[in-house]
Amino acid sequence: MLTQEEKLRMFYSMYLIRRFEESAEELYMAGKIWGTFHLYIGEEAVAVGACSALHPDDYITSTHRGHGHCLAKGADVKRMMAELMGKRTGYCLGLGGSMHIADVEKGNLGATGIVGSGIPIAVGAALGCKMQKNGKVVLCFFGDGAMNTGAFHEAVNLAAVLKLPVIFLCENNFYAMSFSVKKAFGIQDIAERAAGYGMPGVIVDGMDVLAVYEGVSEAVRRARNNGGPTLIEAKTYRFKGHSKSDKNVYRTKEEIKMWMERCPIKRLENHLLQEGIEAKVLDALKEKAEQEIQEAVRFGMESEELTLEEARRLVYAD
Amino acid sequence: MPTKTVTYAEAIREALREEMRKDPGVFLIGEDIGLYGGAFGVTQGLLEEFGEERVIDTPISESAIAGAAIGAALVGMRPVAEIMFCDFLTLCADQIVNQGAKMRFMFGGKAKVPFVLRTPMGSGTGAAGHHSGSLESWFTHIPGLKVVAPATPRDAKGLLKSAIQDNNPVLFFEHKLLYRTKDAIPEEEYYLPLGKGEIKREGRDITIIAYSIMVMRSLEAAKILAQESIEVEVIDLRSLRPLDEELMLQSVKKTNRAVVVYEPPQFGAFGAEMVSLLMEKAFDDLDAPVLRLGGEEMPPPYNPNLERRLVPQVEDIVNIVKQVLQ
Ligand SMILES: Cc1ncc(C[n+]2csc(CCOP(=O)(O)OP(=O)(O)O)c2C)c(N)n1
Ligand SMILES: [Mg+2]
Repeated sequence: MLTQEEKLRMFYSMYLIRRFEESAEELYMAGKIWGTFHLYIGEEAVAVGACSALHPDDYITSTHRGHGHCLAKGADVKRMMAELMGKRTGYCLGLGGSMHIADVEKGNLGATGIVGSGIPIAVGAALGCKMQKNGKVVLCFFGDGAMNTGAFHEAVNLAAVLKLPVIFLCENNFYAMSFSVKKAFGIQDIAERAAGYGMPGVIVDGMDVLAVYEGVSEAVRRARNNGGPTLIEAKTYRFKGHSKSDKNVYRTKEEIKMWMERCPIKRLENHLLQEGIEAKVLDALKEKAEQEIQEAVRFGMESEELTLEEARRLVYAD
Repeated sequence: MPTKTVTYAEAIREALREEMRKDPGVFLIGEDIGLYGGAFGVTQGLLEEFGEERVIDTPISESAIAGAAIGAALVGMRPVAEIMFCDFLTLCADQIVNQGAKMRFMFGGKAKVPFVLRTPMGSGTGAAGHHSGSLESWFTHIPGLKVVAPATPRDAKGLLKSAIQDNNPVLFFEHKLLYRTKDAIPEEEYYLPLGKGEIKREGRDITIIAYSIMVMRSLEAAKILAQESIEVEVIDLRSLRPLDEELMLQSVKKTNRAVVVYEPPQFGAFGAEMVSLLMEKAFDDLDAPVLRLGGEEMPPPYNPNLERRLVPQVEDIVNIVKQVLQ
């Protein structure tokens, strides 16, 4: 059972992710962040529920839509924001940007811009953990789209036959860019695939942080006890377009509205109020998140950039 | 000849549309190319005209896209596959390199694999290390593949039409920063042959050999150099394989100097091949060593100032030309 304190921590983390994304979007509009990025708004319950089920020294691998994963795994908001601004104080010294944030110290083995390519890496990390007998597990985030890459099939099967301590967490937001899961899969539920690899397949409500936490916790227990991998499908939804250039022509307004009404943050907020938490406690947490974000923006803006000479020295290790 | 002004993206779309209207065997396959119209909007409107049977959206399965194109080509279709970013060619390299490229030869000349694989290349969009590559050099190394990289809307249209009609696998590299550039193209239907370069600017002092966006940057550099009375000839190779050797050799005969400019990391890239070609075949015409100007030896960085330094810019081209002329 989760304590109230733990639930409040989850609330804070989800709210922080939401505000991080909203302010990143504002900064993008203002020209302080460039390129493109993929907002996690609407999916916060998945990252937070899942990472809450891990020990701090467990590993995750992340995706192109990874800001939420990083923050849920304990990343420093300042260094995240600085990375988006391309500054040397960012997690990747400004070399990686939004799609490539890694925080190896905190167990975040990195995000990838190549859909599906994080899955074999998660499997390799789990192999390393098993060989080192360090008791750690690896949580591998990926989208519904990634499940149709060759990398997914090869890696998931390998993890199953080697019985590795890895949890495959599919964030099924029903679209890969414009391509709906209805068109991309010949099966009803993505989790059904697990049977084909000989591992448990579990569906959780990705809009309910507590349900995600429960589902992932069980898979983590199994992985830690040498029970091998689990495939979890968290059904969720991205409220925003795929990336900054998406005109959203492939989804109806009604569908988007229906999902927005199931906002995972509102849901946890209502749950906490029902449990007797006072509104002002939640307001104070929101205020704290707000300040953390503002400080991060300031930090990012004031930070310097890497020089070309410094960047050149980073291509090879000594 | 009457002309009209179109963007590079529109020119590519026109080529696709014209060839699809002409030959029912031509079809498109790729990710988000239907309703979404392609990540860079190139295939917009084609789903409406040709329907889902000929504009096929696929799951994220690059290897299957390339393989499906090859297989369909083997049985008589003329597929045009789109790989959303050329960085993802790594995911379908087996299909292209081991299968598509070698099939005809290994089947003793008994097969034809007429497919085109279109893909955006290049840095300059702030998309960092997985979406900014220029991998065209890799594929020029594979016998059996043709490799095309146009710099202008006119060339893009004429070359793509020829590529679709070609009986070999053709990799067609489109530069992201060129999609919105405009150019006058003939109203009438036209084709441009693969393997023919073009002199984009005439000059007597030095030849710049380039392709894709580096042609445009070289032309800008040539303008600047002209103010200092340096007359640069700019050759646009347009297709890297087959290659228009003759055009380069003729030009160097006249200018006696050359530089090769290209976007991928300098080491081991296609430009190095141009230098050795001139060494072998134009040594007696040369008054100075042929120099290469390629990209930095590093993955594409996200920071925009570093990203700009990653690949040759106009000022870098001006500088290297002066260096050769000294
Ligand atoms: C191998 C590969 N193919 C295509 C793309 C372009 N692309 C980026 S994200 C994306 C959709 C990914 O969908 P999904 O895995 O469901 O994640 P979501 O964006 O929905 O979170 C696509 C097609 C890519 N980055 N990598
Ligand atoms: Mg998705």
